Formats: sequence, structure tokens, C-alpha cells
Amino acid sequence: MSIRRIKALTKKEFIQMSRDIRSLGGALFIPLLMIFLFGYALSLDVDRIPTVLLDNDRTAVSREFTHLLSNSRYFTLVRTLDRDSEIDVALARREALMALVIPVGFSSAVREGHKAPVQAIFDGSDSNTASIAVGYFKAVAAGFDIALQEKRIRRAGLKMVEMPLEARIRVWFNPELKSKNFIIPGLAAVIMMAICALMTALSVSRERETGTLEQLFSTPLSSMELLIGKLLPYLCVGLADMALVVGAGVLIFDVPFRGSYLDLFVTTLIFLIGTLSWGLFISVISRTQLQASQIAMLSAYLPSFLLSGFIYPIENMPIVLQVITYIVPARYFVEILQGLFLEGVGLPVLWPQLLALVIYAVLVLNLARKRFAKRLM
Amino acid sequence: MRLMFLRVKVFLIKEVLQALRDPRLRFLIILPPLLQLVAFGYAANLDLKNIPMALYDEDNSRISRELAFAFSSSGYFKFVSRVQSPEEMTALIDRGTVSAALHFGPDLAARVGSGRTALVQVIVAGTNSNTASLVQSYSSQIIERYNRARLKERIDRNPSLKTILPAGAEGILQPEIRVWYNTALVSRNFYVPGIIALVIMVSILNLTAMAVVREKEIGTMEQIMVTPIRPIEFILGKTLPFALIGIFQVALVSSVGVFWFDVPMRGSLLLLFLALLIFLLSLLALGLFISSISRNQQQSLVTTFFFIFPIILLSGFIFPIANMPEIIQYVTYLNPLRYFLVIIRDIFLKGSGLEILWPQMAALLAIGLVVMTLAVRRVGKTLD
Repeated sequence: MSIRRIKALTKKEFIQMSRDIRSLGGALFIPLLMIFLFGYALSLDVDRIPTVLLDNDRTAVSREFTHLLSNSRYFTLVRTLDRDSEIDVALARREALMALVIPVGFSSAVREGHKAPVQAIFDGSDSNTASIAVGYFKAVAAGFDIALQEKRIRRAGLKMVEMPLEARIRVWFNPELKSKNFIIPGLAAVIMMAICALMTALSVSRERETGTLEQLFSTPLSSMELLIGKLLPYLCVGLADMALVVGAGVLIFDVPFRGSYLDLFVTTLIFLIGTLSWGLFISVISRTQLQASQIAMLSAYLPSFLLSGFIYPIENMPIVLQVITYIVPARYFVEILQGLFLEGVGLPVLWPQLLALVIYAVLVLNLARKRFAKRLM
Repeated sequence: MRLMFLRVKVFLIKEVLQALRDPRLRFLIILPPLLQLVAFGYAANLDLKNIPMALYDEDNSRISRELAFAFSSSGYFKFVSRVQSPEEMTALIDRGTVSAALHFGPDLAARVGSGRTALVQVIVAGTNSNTASLVQSYSSQIIERYNRARLKERIDRNPSLKTILPAGAEGILQPEIRVWYNTALVSRNFYVPGIIALVIMVSILNLTAMAVVREKEIGTMEQIMVTPIRPIEFILGKTLPFALIGIFQVALVSSVGVFWFDVPMRGSLLLLFLALLIFLLSLLALGLFISSISRNQQQSLVTTFFFIFPIILLSGFIFPIANMPEIIQYVTYLNPLRYFLVIIRDIFLKGSGLEILWPQMAALLAIGLVVMTLAVRRVGKTLD
């Protein structure tokens, strides 16, 4: 292995990259764009649920209940309806996610302490938002109900029945329950995987398609030298991406970083070596850039987005998919990143995940080298 | 005119042959959409069941065991480990072995027995905020149910309370929850129609964006330029094969969605087909546009991604548009996927017709026409 030859190839790759400013700019700009989208615009946190109201009772009590609902930050009253048939239209047109129907006789039932039903109709299309909305509604209703009971008991001159249990729920690591705090660290992993694998996947197939690969083969470069020379420039791009993502996440979006930056650097480096080698491997086995890009999307982007636990919890998946997640490197990277960012636990706790990444990197690097060697002969 | 049809036809045949000659590409037209559908159908699930939980029971009384049973039999939680110390509990949460822990203090039974309120501590790892809010909501519901059951016992024993609270322990206010369209609240029913939209968008954009630029990069563009083909014919020939591929992919993915994943299809297939054609217009136009402004395939791929990410993320596919800041909500009005998602989800789940969906269809058509005009102009320039 000759350092001089690797240096020459790396230099050629860098020059090629710097001529194509848009590709390079894209590789750096897309991660930033995604961070900004996730930091500012995207959230799974449900609040201000648009609600329409059909109040057939029209009394002080029914208004008291609807006020309580619209004053909580979870519900916003968008319109008051006059007829049953309007509910259908309001939900179908997506004007509202919830329709609250208060029947005639609500206030008299409340006054006499009888059961007073109210109906809440939800648009269940988005099941996640709907089930969170249902939970909020039940909580508001339970609060109102307790207040009603308490009023009656006090009026009768009795002491309020003490509730035997009180739930004290404490949230660790992400107490404000901001979805950006868990999504941004995971996002870093997905971006690395998508951008880096895609860029490298095109790098060799491009030389083949434009016919410069033969020239490269006629040089005295060995397969390992070729591999390293192709890897290094993209490794730099990947590290720069990571620095951008972490910097923007911590400085602009106040995502807490509680671990050590050295741990972060080591993990990123190992993850990148594996991912870039995978990209190169794809590049060698595909004949055109179109093929390479499709295979890279399928084998790098899709699993790292869906099967890494970045948004969708792994424990919800069917067992077969849960088993498959063990061979998705992004899974381990996401675990380490969330550990470093939110929980402040370092490699002493997360070493099994790091070990998995090392094994992956070594395996894929070897695989890519073997395929390169075959092509060179 | 006849000559034009002939030229388009010949060019179309060349393009289809080029696409189908490559066995790996043939494979890539079928496999990625299916894999994406299966992965999303099974993996994209935010509905929580069997959340791993640790139990730290310092009381070990009849009441604490009853409560623990109420948690484990709810279906939401599964005790994966019983711990004996706070340190053990912390370690399990740190390592991510459990997402939550349930803690009963040593005086639980004593306090409840003497009529005082006892604390039940639930510790939630907020790492995934969505999971954490569901854990919060589920555990409060379980505790509340327990309280109501005890209240009922008291009312049953005490006749004077019965006259004060004739409604009984279930309470006066009776919320009656109805869920429409996706009554069982299955994530899959929400995601599968969305993934159909996503799959064709990604594959059509990618294919079209690389199509023109490929001819440029490998030097066959000059050969095309010396033929008598006109820009509009060139564009038709370049895009029609991909439109056919897109329609085929939607048919494939929709059938799997309906027959394998049991996603309800309540609306009209004809309307869906019409909407698909309009959506394809925007996609082909955007792909052509990217292709015409790129010098090589790597550039066009990077540019495609530059468009794809915001289009997906700002479409309401995963993240509800209503949760976005107002300015960003206005930006989403330019996003063709936003409209198509509403159309395809409403046709599938709500069975909505044209009378409800026409604003979305009109917006989609307008976006398609504008982008197509831009793209045709750009491509025309490169051909002249």
C-alpha cells in the first residue's frame, strides 16, 4: 500500500468534487435544510386540535364545559354547528378533527346528579393524532366530572371523598416532551446514511458509465488503495455534515447534548466507514448510476428511516422486523446518538452498540475490497 | 400531425426498450415500491402495545399487587423486570431496556387503608416524546379507573352518598367516544394510502430526473438532436414511459395494500385514477425540470433529494400540517404531494367524492401546469 498513490487519488476526487459545486453544496445543504425543518416546522406533539361544537343544550353548564375544553391548550374551537348533518361535512372536509355534541337535557342531568352523556366524534384517519386527542379529551372530561362531584358533596355538607391514589408521573431525559429533542439526534443518523451512501454509490458507477474506470484500472493502484482513495473525500464530507447537524441542533435548536464529543466523533467515524463502504460496494455491483441510486435508496435510506427506531419505536414492530433491525447499522447509531444527546450515558453503557458498528464496518469494508479486487483483475 | 405521432411512437418504443432491456432496472420498478409498502405497513406503527416497564414494588401488599396487575392486564404495559433498588431502576431506564418504571412506596397499603392519598410513581423515559405522552395518558387512566372502583365501593356502603351522587362512581359526565373513518385507529390505514403516493413520487422523480441528463452525460444527446424530433415530441417520449410505470406501480402497491394489509378502499377507483394522472403531471414536470438544470446524474440526484425531502416532510405524510408554524403552513400550499395525500387518503378511508375533493384536484392541476410550462421551456432551450 502506498500513501503517495492514495494521496494522488484522493486529490483527484477532491478536485472532481470541487468542480461540481452543486453536488457538494447539496451534500452539505440538505442536512441543514432537514435540521431546520425538524427544528422549526415538524412535530408529532399534538395541540390546538380543531374542534367543532354542536351544543343542543345551550345552557350555562354546557358553555362551562366547552369553555374548559377550549381554554385547555389542546383544543381550539373553530366553529359552532347548528345541525347534526354538518358534523359529517366538517370532518370530511378536514375542517375539524373532533366534533363535540352536547345533547338536550345535559344541564338538567348535571343539576340532578344523573348521568349526563356528551358525544365526542373523532376523525380517526391519522390514528396517532386521533388517539392522543382522545386521551386529552378524556382527561379534560374527567377533570370536569371530579369538579361536579366535589360541588355536590360539598353542598351536602360532606367532606370530599379522598382519592386513594394519586399518580405522580415524572419524565426523565426530555421533560418537556419535545419531539425535536428525540428526532434531531436520530435524524443525524438518517442523513449520514442517506447522503453518504448515495454520494459514494454514484462515484464508481459514474466512472464506469462515462468510461474513465478503465483509465483508473490501468494505473498501478491496488484495490485497497482505490477503496481508501475513494473513501477519504466522502469521509470528510460526512464528518462536515455531522458537525453541521450537531452544531445546528445544539446551538440553534437547544437540543441538549449531555455526552462527550470524543465519543460522538469516534462513533461517527466508525459508522461513516461502514456506510461509505456500503455505498462503494453498491457502486461496484451496479452498471449504471440510476441502478446505483435506486439500490442505495432501498438498502440505505429506507431501512435507516424506518427500521432504526428514529421515529417508529422498534418494540412496536412485528417480531420478524424486530429481528431484521439488528442488521440495520443505523439502529445502533441512533441508540448511541440518543444516549449521548438526551441521556448523557457514554460508551461505558453503549459499548455493545459500538461493537456492532465496528463489526459492520469491518465486514462491509472487506466486502467492498473483495468486489473491487475482482473488478481489477 | 401524423408524422408527430409516428415520431413520438418511435421514440417511446426506444425509451421503453431502454428501460426494460436492463433486467436490474426491471426489477427496480417492481421491488422498491413493494418493499417500501411492506416496510411501512409493518414498521410505521406509532400505536403502542406492551411497552416494556420495570416494577419496583417496595410495599408488596395486596393493593400493590392489584395495581401492578391492572397495569400488566391493560395490554399497554409489560413488566420485563422486577427491581429491588432505585439504582437498578435507573440503570434499566438508562440502558433503554425499559421505557417506563412503576414505583410503589413502602407505605402504599397503609395510607390507602387509613383513607389518605398514596402516591404511585411512574417514571417515563422521555427519549421518544410520542411514546412518553402515551405512557402518561395510559397510566393516568389506569390509576383513575382504580380510584373510581374504590369510590364505587364507598358509595355502595354509604346510602347518603348515593343520594348525593345518583349517577354512581362512573361519574356524572359521561364522555362517549366515537371514531369515524378509521374506527379501530390502525396506523396502517393511515400510512398505506400515503405510502402509495410516496412510492410513485420518489420513483418517478428519480427516473425522470436522471433520464435527460443521462443522455447528456454519456453523449447520446447529440444523436437525438440531429434527428428531426421536436422538443415537445422529445418530452412526450421521455415522460410517457415513466407515466406508464407510475400507473403500474400504483396499481401494484394499491392491490397489495387492499388485499394484503386490509386497508379499506371506500371511494371511487375512477376518481383515484384521474387524480393520479394529474399528480403524475406535476411529478414528470418536476423531474424534467431537475434534469434540464443538471449537468450530470450525481447533480440531478442531489437536486432530486433537495426537492424530495421538503416535499415529503411538509406534506402531512408523517407530521401533521396543523402542527406546523403558520408561515410553513402557507408554504405547504405549493406542495403537490400535500394535495395528493389528502385526495388518496380521503378516497381510501372516507370514500369522499369529487364534490369534496375538487379544490385539491384543481390546485394539483394548477401546480402541474405551471411546472410543466417551466420545464418545457428549459428543455426546449437545451434542444435548440
